[in-house]
Order: sequence, then C-alpha cells, then structure tokens
Amino acid sequence: MLSYPENIRNFCIVAHIDHGKSTLADRLLELTQTVALRDMEEQLLDNMDLERERGITIKARAVRMSYKSESGEDYIFNLIDTPGHVDFGYEVSRSLNACEGAVLIVDASQGIEAQTLANAYLAVESNLEIVPVINKIDLPAADPQMCKDEIENVIGIPAEDAPCISAKNGVNIGAVLERVIELVPSPDGDVDSPFKALIFDSFYDLYKGVIIYVRVKTGKIAFGEKIKMMASGAQFQITELGFMGATGLVPAQELKAGEVGYIAASIKSIGDTQVGDTVTSVAAPALEPLPGYRPVNPMVFSGIYPADGSKYNDLKEALEKLRLNDAALTFEAETSNALGFGFRCGFLGLLHMEIIEERLEREYNLDLITTAPSVVYEIELTNGKKITIDNPANYPDPAEISQAFEPMTDAHIITPSDYIGAIMEISQERRGIFKDMKYLDEKRVDLHYILPLNEIVYDFFDLLKSKTRGYASFDYEICGFEPSKLVKLDVLLNGETVDALSFIVHTEKAYTRGRKIAEKLKDNIPRQLFEVPIQAAIGGKIIARETVRAMRKDVLAKCYGGDITRKKKLLEKQKEGKKKMRQLGSVEVPPEAFMAVLKLDT
Amino acid sequence: MTGLYIHIPFCLQKCPYCDFYSIPYNDSTAYGYADAVIRNVERYNERYDTVYFGGGTPSAAWWDVCRIMAKLRFSDDAEITVEANPNTLTKESLLSMKNCGINRISIGAQSFSNGELNALGRSHTSEDASNSIKFAYESGFHNISVDLMLGIPNQSPDSVRRSIKILSALNVTHVSAYMLKVEPNTPLAYSGKKLPDENLTAQIYLAAVEALESYGFNQYEISNFAKKGFECRHNLKYWKSLEYLGIGAGAHSFYDNKRFFVAPDVKAFMKSSLQEEVITGKGGVSFEDYAMLKLRLVEGLTFAECEYFGVSKAEILKRCKLVPTNDLHITDKAVSMTAEGFLVSNRVIVELTSGLSLQK
Repeated sequence: MLSYPENIRNFCIVAHIDHGKSTLADRLLELTQTVALRDMEEQLLDNMDLERERGITIKARAVRMSYKSESGEDYIFNLIDTPGHVDFGYEVSRSLNACEGAVLIVDASQGIEAQTLANAYLAVESNLEIVPVINKIDLPAADPQMCKDEIENVIGIPAEDAPCISAKNGVNIGAVLERVIELVPSPDGDVDSPFKALIFDSFYDLYKGVIIYVRVKTGKIAFGEKIKMMASGAQFQITELGFMGATGLVPAQELKAGEVGYIAASIKSIGDTQVGDTVTSVAAPALEPLPGYRPVNPMVFSGIYPADGSKYNDLKEALEKLRLNDAALTFEAETSNALGFGFRCGFLGLLHMEIIEERLEREYNLDLITTAPSVVYEIELTNGKKITIDNPANYPDPAEISQAFEPMTDAHIITPSDYIGAIMEISQERRGIFKDMKYLDEKRVDLHYILPLNEIVYDFFDLLKSKTRGYASFDYEICGFEPSKLVKLDVLLNGETVDALSFIVHTEKAYTRGRKIAEKLKDNIPRQLFEVPIQAAIGGKIIARETVRAMRKDVLAKCYGGDITRKKKLLEKQKEGKKKMRQLGSVEVPPEAFMAVLKLDT
Repeated sequence: MTGLYIHIPFCLQKCPYCDFYSIPYNDSTAYGYADAVIRNVERYNERYDTVYFGGGTPSAAWWDVCRIMAKLRFSDDAEITVEANPNTLTKESLLSMKNCGINRISIGAQSFSNGELNALGRSHTSEDASNSIKFAYESGFHNISVDLMLGIPNQSPDSVRRSIKILSALNVTHVSAYMLKVEPNTPLAYSGKKLPDENLTAQIYLAAVEALESYGFNQYEISNFAKKGFECRHNLKYWKSLEYLGIGAGAHSFYDNKRFFVAPDVKAFMKSSLQEEVITGKGGVSFEDYAMLKLRLVEGLTFAECEYFGVSKAEILKRCKLVPTNDLHITDKAVSMTAEGFLVSNRVIVELTSGLSLQK
C-alpha cells in the first residue's frame, strides 16, 4: 500500500554534458519496470533525434515510476529530466522547483565540470536535497575517491556514501533509488488549500492542444474543473489530466498536492502557458502565485533567411511549428537588402540558436543563411529615452547616443591547470574581467570571469576547446548590463553597405575586427568580372580595405568535333553556382561568406 | 547542306595533356574501324558540303581515311579537312589524301619552340612542323591550318610571337590557337610542371591575337583565325547551330534537329552494324545553347536572332550591364565579345543567357 504523500519522491537528475544523465534515467526506468524491456530504447527521455545524437537534453520531461524499496514499501518516483545547458537555465530552475531533490551525477573519470557546478548551485539555491552519484566506475580512468573529495571540497556536500555506479553496465542502480528515498524528503503541501501548481514544461499536441506539465504544490484539481493561468489570466476547462508514463500519458481522475502530472484543456496557444507560471482553479483561486515567475527574454538574436528566397513561407511555417513547443523562441519578419525576406529570431543563448537552426534544416529540410548573432544592447539616447537594440541595422546614429550598455555574463571555466595561461590570454583578449580562481584539486582549476556576452557569442567556446584540446568546460549566466563603448561596423561591397554583414562591436576591437572581416570576405568571395572592393567602415570612415581582383581567364577554348556537352556542362555548373549566390548590386556573394565572418579567429 | 564529322580515335602516341578519347594505332583495328564507318556512311547516304576527319590522329590512319573518302558523296565545292600530326606526314600519305579529294589539312604543330614542344611531350620538333607544312603545300594542299597551343609550360608572350612569326612565313591560311586546359587525371596534371598563371596566360592570349591579326590572320572565333576567305566552314556549323552528322566512336551530332553522340568505345562501335546513338537534350535549339555557341564568334549574337527566340534586345542590353564594358562590343544589331571578353567568355555567356531557357 502506498502512503500519500510520505512515499512520493520528486527529483531530477543534473550533470555535466556526457556524464550519463540520460543513461541513468534509462536504467531507472528499466529497474522500476516502467518500461517493458522490449520497448527499451537508448535514452528514452531524449526523444528528439537531435538530443540523442548530441547527447543533450533540450526539453524538460517527466516520468512517473513505481518502486518497491528494499524495506518492502511502495514508492512513487517522479523523475523530471532537465535540460543541462545554461541557455535553458530558466527552464532548469523551474524544473528544479518542481522537485524536492536532485541526483547529481559526476563522471568518475572526469570529476566536476563547469555544468556540474552550475547545476549544483542552482539545485542548492532551490533548496533541493542533493544526492551525489559517481557514475562510469567501469572506466579504466575512474577515480571515485577523487570525485567524492571534489564534491565535498568544491560543492560542500557530504559525498562519502555516494553510490558508485555504472549506468552503462547497470551496476548498482538500485542504490541510487535507495539513496533518493533516504535523502530526498517527501513533498509537503496542504491538500485542502486552494489549488496551486507550477508549470515546468508544456508541449503542443495536435489533438489535445497545449499540454502542460505541472507540479501540484497545494490543493487538488479534478477532471472537468476550470483552471486559470495566474500570469496571463487565461482560463480553460480541463479536458484531461493524469500522470506521465514513460511511453505515454496515463489519464487519472485528479491531481493532488505533491504530485507531478499533466493537464490538457484545449489550450490553443503556448504563449498562454509559460513555464514558471502558476495554475490555480477558477472555483477557489489562490491569492498569490508561486514565487519566481518571470517571462523569458531572448538574449541572442540572428537573422535567419531561406537560401532560396521562394522558401520564405516554408521557413515561416517551420518557425511557427517550432514555437508551438518552444515559448522561448521569438521571431519577426525582417527584410535585408542583401538576403531578402527572412526573420529576426531571438534565442536564449548560443546552443538554443544552434539547435533551432539545426532543427529547421533537418526537420524542415530548409537551407538557411544566418547572419552573425547579435546580443541585446541597451542604449540611452541623448533625448533621455532608453531603447534596446537587437539588430545592428537599427543601431542609432552615434550622435544620438548618450550611453550604451552591453550584457555581461558571469562565467566559469573549469580546466586542467596546464591551460590556465592560455585561457587567461583569451579571456583577456575578450575583455574578460578576472574574478577569482579556485583549485578543485591539484590539477584542475575553476576560473571565474565576467565576460561580455558579445565576446562569447561568436566562437569563444570553439576557441576554448581548441586552446585546451577539449579539456576545458565552460558555463555562463547573464548577470546584467554594463556601460560600454560600442560602435557599429559596416561592411561595404563595391561601395554599398551590406546590411546583413553589419555588427556592433566594442570600440577597441573595431579595427582588428574590421580588418579580419575584410580579409575573410576576400577569401570567400570568388573572383568576378569586375573588381570588387571590400571595405569595413565605422560611420563614414573606412577602416579596412581589401580587393577581390577581377577574374582574368575563364574560357573553354575548344569546342571539339562539335561536342558541345563539355561546354554546356561547364556553363550549367556555373549557372547553378550563380543561382546560389546572393546578388548584391553587381557583386555575387556566396552564402558561405555570411557564415565565414562568424568565425573570425579560427 | 549537312556537314560530316568522322572521328578517327587512333594515335601513334598519347600526348600527356590529352583527355580526349583515343587508343593506340594498329593496322587491323583501323581497318575494321573504317569498315564500320563506311557501314554508317552508307546508311545515311547524304551529300555533304563539309567533311572533317578529326581525332585522334586521322593522318596516322591515312590509308583508311582514303578508303572512307571513296564511299562519300560530297558537293563540288565541299571543304574536306583532315587532321594531321607533323610526324605522320609523308609524301605518300599527303599525295594519297590529296588525290582522294581532301583539300584542307589541319596540322597539330602546337608551337614552333622546341622547349615548349618538349614540355608538352609532343613527339615532333619545330623543324618537323615547318617541314610538314612545306610538304603539304608542295603536295597540293593550299588550305593549311595550324594548331597552336597557348598557356603551355615555358611559354611567354614573346615566345608565342616568335612561333607566329615562323608560321606566318609558311603557306598557312588558318590558325587555331587553343588555350591549354589541364584536365584532371592526365599525366600533365600529375607532372608538377609549372604552367603560366591566369594573368600570364591572358597576356599570352592577347599577344597571340595581336600578332596573328598583324600577319593577316583575322580572328573570327575565340580560338580561330583565318586569312580572308579561309574560315573553316565545317567548324562554323558548330557555332551557328547548323546541322552536322558525326560518325565514329565518340562522335557528336546535331542532325535531324536532335543532338546525339556515340559512346567513345571503339570495340562497341565496330561490333554494331550501325552506330548506337544516345540522344541528349530535348531536341531543337535552345536560346542558351544557341547564344553560347554564337557568342564564340567575333560576329557575335544579333538581336534579331535573340528576338527569334523571344528574347528582347532590351533584356540583352540590361544583362550587358553586368559585364565590364571593355569585354563587349555592342552595335545596333549585335553584341559580341572583345578579345578581353573572350578570355572570360564562360562568365560573360552565363551573365547574358542565364535563366533564358527558351526553345525553338
């Protein structure tokens, strides 16, 4: 017999990328026989192809499991899988708020990494009980004791009794559940108070509308009742509710305090069901929402254009479909003289941007041209107004600016100590402000920097990986805006400004960036019939110049024995190439040129 | 009237830059191959006003060329050309070919500099080339074309001027000056030989055009120059989208309003009773093909021709703006390329015709 709510455990698993979060989740499902072995598929909770391939969790997910403990008692576990990456930090913190405990996985061969730390801190801030688990003890390089020491020294939680497991080989999985029972408290919350539930995720179902995942904090709600979203005020009648099975939703009659479940209520727009919002009942509404809700604001923006202009509507539809399941994605139509019709899209961060672009290309079969990502700037104008700029094209005239502000990040880089010098050099070069440095053990260091978001938005992570041979891990969170000296850098081809190539840059970096971008474009723009001057300019002032010389020779001399096929093939190839080019005045620019300028340092 | 192209895919020796279809010459294969050509000639039973024996090296198989000639019907004023390599020409072969009705010979001299010939891997010398031209003239060939190659290793504008000066002193009526294109998978491509760069090749081409013109060889096509009245009538058919029939392994045709070719496979050609023809394209002439070929000529593309395909003069003039002015020569009636334009003709043609796929 299950005793409610004492035998409920709501927990999540947090870990650095590749430390085995999804594999452990799979083993837990197996062990609790939530999923029949024959239905077992690797990394069940990561059901997007992209998630499985890249080994990351993009969307939060939840599953309910039943377990008979070693002491013979029945338990209900609600496992809430969270995205591991900081881009989704807000979603992570909401997911954490739906739990009482967090299993913290550490790879026995690697120890604590940047995301381990970021996630552990988030969990501590959310008052979660942390259950450390050492994974991958099957690896030859595994050093469980070193990991335990690190957890105790760096995070400051006891780890001596942490279960040492191999999720891959299914070793010691039961110990994890026993530790969860032992360490994670059962949910509290008065079942007789007004109904309050936290939305920690939502997705769009073609037949049922938006389905929200909730953690009931107080009270209860039943099928047929009316609910209200406290932030948006929208009201709906419940058409279905229940629990999350591993392979599908399992309808139930009611949800009560302490439980995790789903609600469907013919909700049409995902905008009405923002993650972090509180659901209450219309009949007996709560007075105060749960704390901590805020709308998510995109921080990174990029123009996305179809490579083939006629695919504009396809792109629009694809973005609309993606937004059904991703309230954080924003987009609005924009026009560029260089790229035609497209969309200005807002993302939570770099990974989010990459994922959206990749999904558009893979799931919707679109060829895209994307412009250099830009961050959001706040500008105080001389007339006293304050505006935010997410598109370099809208950057005001310097004469109208009294002060510009740029977003800053609080960044941690965890690295083997051999690379401290290299990392300090690149952080310095990226205008980083050194905060402190902590030794995790004799060989590994946590470097803490304040870095401008616009310096890490292009290629910082790639650079970091190449300078540290992939050993460093990196994590950041936005920590506000700082005054900054910014300029808009324009690129001119054949004397005409190409809007899609403009970007905003710190004054000190403008000359170097201008020179590099001109060089890069020179390498990427093929020779044409005319000479093509490339210029980088700030305001009206040219700061760098390169020239693509006119092509001198492109001729098929011979048309042998009446064989015109060679010549035709050659011209067909050239015509195909021409079609892919973007025509800017008389200059043809290959789509790669727009991409190449994104990576100026590599 | 129709032109006839006969492909003789035999060479005594393969040149290291060549990626055209050819196989080593041997008597019995050439004999059987000529029989197969004759079978096809008899099937078509046309009368031709131009005939062109191309290769390979037709002069290496001169005996079989003569056997084929005996079966051909041609008009009284027909232009009948045979391609020859300097070191395959003997008094006997020249007289035989002349006597069977061939009246034009195209000699693959390529250069009159021994250093350049050596670098190209040709088996003859500058003296061999000069002598073969003299023999041909003495044997009664009074319409002699010489092939020159431009952009070869060791070449310079000066050296090409010297070659042209030498040939101008011989009885040459026509010059084809082709720019060497290094094809992948040829020995030359692997040889690591240093070729003139894009710029130098362009200078060599412009020097050749100028020198040839100064000796009275007027340019009439990207790579072709002739004394007045000696333009190659057969090749003009290609560039004017007129009819020509191709016979032989690897031969191409535009005949009966269709473009087709025969697979470059000597054995298959010899085995089949009639050559197997592979049709390409939709039939008829597209504007793009027509313009692509016509623009190779110095006379260029007339607006009347464009309008015949439904392309307006205004459209062409608009596109001309995408091309530097010194590449084009535009008159009331036509647009054509200058020598500078010919150097980048692929691009110019793309700019002028891309997307105008109109069919007649």
